[in-house]
Amino acid sequence: MHEMGIISGVLDAVNASAADAGANRVLTVNLRVGVMTEAIEDALMFAFEAMSERTLCEGAELVIEWVEPESLCLECGHAFGHDRFHRTCPACGSYETTLTAGRELEIASIEVDLPDDEE
Amino acid sequence: MHIDINKPILEKNDKLAAELRERFAENHVYVVDLLASPGSGKTSTILATIDALRDEFNIAVIEGDIASSVDAEKIKAQGIPAVQINTGGACHLESAMLKRAIDVLDLERLDLIIVENVGNLVCPTDFDLGENAKVMILSVPEGDDKPLKYPGIFQVSNAVILNKVDTLPVFDFDRDAFYASVRELNPQAPIFPIAATKGEGVEEWASWLADRIREA
Repeated sequence: MHEMGIISGVLDAVNASAADAGANRVLTVNLRVGVMTEAIEDALMFAFEAMSERTLCEGAELVIEWVEPESLCLECGHAFGHDRFHRTCPACGSYETTLTAGRELEIASIEVDLPDDEE
Repeated sequence: MHIDINKPILEKNDKLAAELRERFAENHVYVVDLLASPGSGKTSTILATIDALRDEFNIAVIEGDIASSVDAEKIKAQGIPAVQINTGGACHLESAMLKRAIDVLDLERLDLIIVENVGNLVCPTDFDLGENAKVMILSVPEGDDKPLKYPGIFQVSNAVILNKVDTLPVFDFDRDAFYASVRELNPQAPIFPIAATKGEGVEEWASWLADRIREA
């Protein structure tokens, strides 16, 4: 359950940004999470709901954009998408590949409610 | 109102990890973060590694466990400095915990620090500790299908140790299938088959590590 640690990082950053903007509350939190990480959607949602109580994020919606893995072949320069398990280059068969996407754990953006917002 | 943030979630952890990495480099210490399940032989592997490298290098060990100092005592009995971190329930180490342990060690006189992470194949994967290498241990009795069940940890590891190979004759472990799935997940990681308690195969692993320590 390291999702608690991840969400605690989300809440620290989001609550601070929302407070800086003078927001009443946070409506939406948009995360970008790589498929190659060990984060699980249900556990992230549960941790967010439990840990956001009595913060600006209470009641906010957590939206997760999953980033598919991509690698670059260091031998032939071929860039390719793949699943979680196969990283050899499909073009030349080389094992010399490096992961270029799929390990993201990022806060993309937030939607907040300001005191003078009509909505 | 829409606010763009575009920041890593674990920014605090990552910043501290970067600071630690810099400190390790300044002091020419090589730091290994050892990842594995409970019971895979992490402590035995550390003891065997110490045995193989202690003549050439000054070594310290940091033991991460949810509770107890059983493992640290075993290391100290070998005359090697060991610091115990009790995570108090947390399933992984974070860089702030590691820093507290590092602060009590004399980095200047050390060449190698082995960090034994909490026994877990999932959570430690996502946390940078400032280490030079993550190395994972899988033991034969756990089964050859683990790379398919826990791809993350095999993918972030710089090397994979296959421990307890002396038990291969009694377990239904398909070595070729295991090697093939690790290779697909992490094409560049070497695999070291060892039997830590018997000393088998330890030399090759230790020499891989020694080359890296000398460059640190």
